[in-house]
Amino acid sequence: MTTMTEKTKVEIIIDDVAYQVNADSNLLQECLSLGLDLPYFCWHPCMGSVGACRQCAVKQYRNEEDRDGLLTMACMTPVQAGARISIADPRAVDFRAGVIESLMISHPHDCPVCEEGGECHLQDMTLMSGHNYRRYDKKKVTHRNQYLGPFINHEMNRCITCYRCVRFYSEYAGGVDLAAQAAHHHTYFGRHEEGALESEFSGNLVEVCPTGVFTDKVFSERYSRKWDLQTAPSICTGCGVGCNTAPGERYGELRRIVNRYHSELNGYFICDRGRFGTGYVNHAERLQQPQDAQGKTLDAETAVSRLREIAGKAIAIGSPRAGNEANHALRKLVGEANFHGGFSAAEQACMDEIAAFAGDPAFHNPSIREIEQADAVLVLGEDVTNTAPRIALALRQSVRNRAYELADSARIPHWQDAAVREIAQHERSPLYLFATGATRLDDVAEASVIDTPSGLARQAFALAHRIHADAPAASGDGGGNSAQLEQIAERLAAAKRPLIVAGAGNGRVELIRAAGNIARALRKRRGNDEQKPLDLCLLTGEVNSMGLHLLTRSENSLEAALDKLASGEAENLIVLENDLYRRAPHARVDAALKAARTTVALDLLPNRTTARADLVLPVTAFSEQQATYVNYEGRAQLAWQVHRNHSAARPAWQWTGEFAHFREALHDCAASAPAMKTLGKVLPDTSHLPGGGKLPRQPERYSGRTAMKANLNVHEPKQAQDPDSALAFSMEGVPARRDATLLASPWAPQWNSNQSISKFQDEINGPLRQGHVGALLLERGAGGGFHPVPEADEATGIELTPARQIFGSEELSARSEAIRKRMGDAYVAISPGLAAGHGLTHGAAVSVRGEDASVTVLACVRGSMPPGVAALHASDREIDFHGLGARVSLAPAAGDAAVALDRGLGELIVSDLAQGS
Amino acid sequence: MFSLIRDTLLSQAVTLWRVFRKLFVKADTVEYPDEQPYMFPRWRGRIILSRDPDGEERCVACNLCAVACPVDCIALQKTETEDGRWYPEFFRINFSRCIMCGFCEEACPTNAIQLTPDFEMAEYVRQDMVWEKEDLLIDGTGKYHDYNFYRVAGKQVAGKDKGEALNEAEPVDVRSLLP
Repeated sequence: MTTMTEKTKVEIIIDDVAYQVNADSNLLQECLSLGLDLPYFCWHPCMGSVGACRQCAVKQYRNEEDRDGLLTMACMTPVQAGARISIADPRAVDFRAGVIESLMISHPHDCPVCEEGGECHLQDMTLMSGHNYRRYDKKKVTHRNQYLGPFINHEMNRCITCYRCVRFYSEYAGGVDLAAQAAHHHTYFGRHEEGALESEFSGNLVEVCPTGVFTDKVFSERYSRKWDLQTAPSICTGCGVGCNTAPGERYGELRRIVNRYHSELNGYFICDRGRFGTGYVNHAERLQQPQDAQGKTLDAETAVSRLREIAGKAIAIGSPRAGNEANHALRKLVGEANFHGGFSAAEQACMDEIAAFAGDPAFHNPSIREIEQADAVLVLGEDVTNTAPRIALALRQSVRNRAYELADSARIPHWQDAAVREIAQHERSPLYLFATGATRLDDVAEASVIDTPSGLARQAFALAHRIHADAPAASGDGGGNSAQLEQIAERLAAAKRPLIVAGAGNGRVELIRAAGNIARALRKRRGNDEQKPLDLCLLTGEVNSMGLHLLTRSENSLEAALDKLASGEAENLIVLENDLYRRAPHARVDAALKAARTTVALDLLPNRTTARADLVLPVTAFSEQQATYVNYEGRAQLAWQVHRNHSAARPAWQWTGEFAHFREALHDCAASAPAMKTLGKVLPDTSHLPGGGKLPRQPERYSGRTAMKANLNVHEPKQAQDPDSALAFSMEGVPARRDATLLASPWAPQWNSNQSISKFQDEINGPLRQGHVGALLLERGAGGGFHPVPEADEATGIELTPARQIFGSEELSARSEAIRKRMGDAYVAISPGLAAGHGLTHGAAVSVRGEDASVTVLACVRGSMPPGVAALHASDREIDFHGLGARVSLAPAAGDAAVALDRGLGELIVSDLAQGS
Repeated sequence: MFSLIRDTLLSQAVTLWRVFRKLFVKADTVEYPDEQPYMFPRWRGRIILSRDPDGEERCVACNLCAVACPVDCIALQKTETEDGRWYPEFFRINFSRCIMCGFCEEACPTNAIQLTPDFEMAEYVRQDMVWEKEDLLIDGTGKYHDYNFYRVAGKQVAGKDKGEALNEAEPVDVRSLLP
């Protein structure tokens, strides 16, 4: 599953035809790799075999003379050179039909009202195995359903007990609140009591469950069948990882997001922010028309000319959540010298450092597939579960490399999932966490180092020195536990493929530098410099943080832009998809906006910045436009337009009037920014596709074409044209079959579910045929050296650090209805000692006072937090985070302040709430 | 020459005689629309949506009729009542496209959509051939009187708890260890 080494091939004979297959695999996986139709349920490409469902039975023969053979489960049978098997043997066919018939005896006859219908693996397998009518005349077993939160629907009657849900939820994703209960034919998959599923990856149950036990509740509210969804390949805009997704649209609304297989990045799974966090696209308050400060609607031409008029004396602020083309078009409009990055000061410093490391040949920024192969991991200060959730899921897999090692020593193949887990017991590859409190990865961590952010940095510098003496030393191990640091140093140094993870999430540049020092020290310790670069994973905050940084001059920070405006050096301001109040102290933004003569804001939803703009231009959301984004690795990926926006909103690059076509913008961006010069590679080669290279966005059985708009006008409108891409807004063109050049929604004859992805892979878990994995932009040049240990901070007071939440920290997803149901209110997390010292209890309103601002939030008392740090989460409250400065003081807030914070903290999933709170 | 004229004339005379004879035969055509022809119950004419024996909408918005329709003239949107019953928020048939093939009726798992013997669907304005759910939904069960999907399917709705559908046992008590 996780090995990428050169595979040895052997010959086996299936139904009298000889095939070359991988020697270290099982028969089911190889049959599917070969494109043969063999039914299965419990096997999953990412989770291996357990032999629970007995559906993949085949006949195996001892030799050429053997005519009888014996039935065997393909998923549990290792490939052996010269093996002879038969899928089509009548007894095997019969056996499989019998198995499916018995699996179906209690199935509740509700396909028409099941969200899975039409993309159901159970439907597919039932047809494939030839079962039609229920012969069993006894009663069906029934179950009561549970409420599982706002994301997932539960319909337990449909269960066929394949155990995939718990194998994914608990074993793969580390969830603790879903389990198999009861016994024999009463087996029940659910929670110990009703309530929201806690795991950040619960949405994957929808895709993992082969039938309709777990379905997408958000999608069900505005439901469409799979065959009715207009779909295109897209990229998740929830964080900086850039998982591949397939959004589906019907009747002009974005209906749902499903995972889109990417062999290097997300594989088969995405997080719940990505899956449920796009409801903002259908938001009722979406900006629809260009408007001036008086709220008067302007026509598009006037708006463009007004924008171009003021552009001469304007500076522009780009956006890490807008694509490269939008940022570049604005950069071209105002000139490179006047184009500023849209990061907060702290994040800008982090991004500068991340970019510096990204150019260093000593390091390699690993993909998710590579992260899963790490056998010792150190996470430095980054709350990965909340800033880049999919990476956290990958880290969970990395700790299993010890299990695979043990399995190798016992000659157990890696796909024997239960056996590998059995032999490993609780043995794990080391994962060390440097954090300001308990995290959601604690259960698989070898040890956690808990300290304030500056304390973590000191300890990390000390750790680097312990790993190699060339790294500068911090005094007295940075106040940490020497024995623990020594142990971490030794385990990291002993690893075959160590990995250091840090990121811009908490805005501490010294932590990123410390991560660099540790990685550099490890590399030195490992001997010669010619060996492979060391894995250093530096996470970026938003979908295109890296892209924006590559397009911006280093001195052109957001702060510099605000200064230029306030000092009168620049006259006008153009803000691209960016709420400046989230990025800088409110007082400074206010001063800058006041000084600016004309402010133009381009955005898709109203926010504090658009409210103060003189001209607001509505832009399209991610699914309504084509754009390229650069992820944390420097991988540029193209997100295709899924559907059209019927208001006056346009992609931001179109508003600037610089480019007529998307490709012009993309190629000009590649030509004018040296770091982007290979950006053109993201465009897939469609020259080999028939019919002029057009491919349909709509499936072949897209229904209702002649009726869906007939209420407006019975004369059907002309099909919308898409001159900007190889996709058509219709069923016209040649749909993807085995070629995955532009694959959004996999489908193959007899395979309507997402399991059909195997038909597009040359081998299971391998790259897609003609599939596009994006273009790695970053080139490594000159190496760097160790960073000096930062001076000890003499300031007193409580250190302020941001607390990230998967539901709530990302600006746009936090405006999606589904996500809002899981969002708690703004809070500040503090240690019990700190709370007691200030007379605060959990859930009480607290006033956090900083340099230039003070905010009122709820107190969240967490047992594991060190004293001297306050972790502030703004949720969707308009909190002046950056105005608070680095150090804050706390005080109980006036009695009624908590009433305004009515969302409460009930939705927070925290393992270390202090006793009695 | 003579025989040719004889044969031709004879043929024409016979034809004239046969036509003349028909003057005294009862006509097969009827005085439509004053007189209505007998339409067989399974004639494929105007489409209706029926109700189940309890008087509830039969359509569960499964979309199978829409996908079966060869001219794609059916469009609908699923929505749900408080108790979990699926039904169409809107259900639209563009009869100006419909070819009365009956595939929708064959595909329907709940006997909701049915073709009726009514063929009188001419309109002066084509837009009037677009029918919404209000136009399609009748008050009765149509041709199939007994079938009630929600009494058979395992999904729980108001008035039918888990275990009360056709052939269903009482819901399992997960905490019991008895076999």
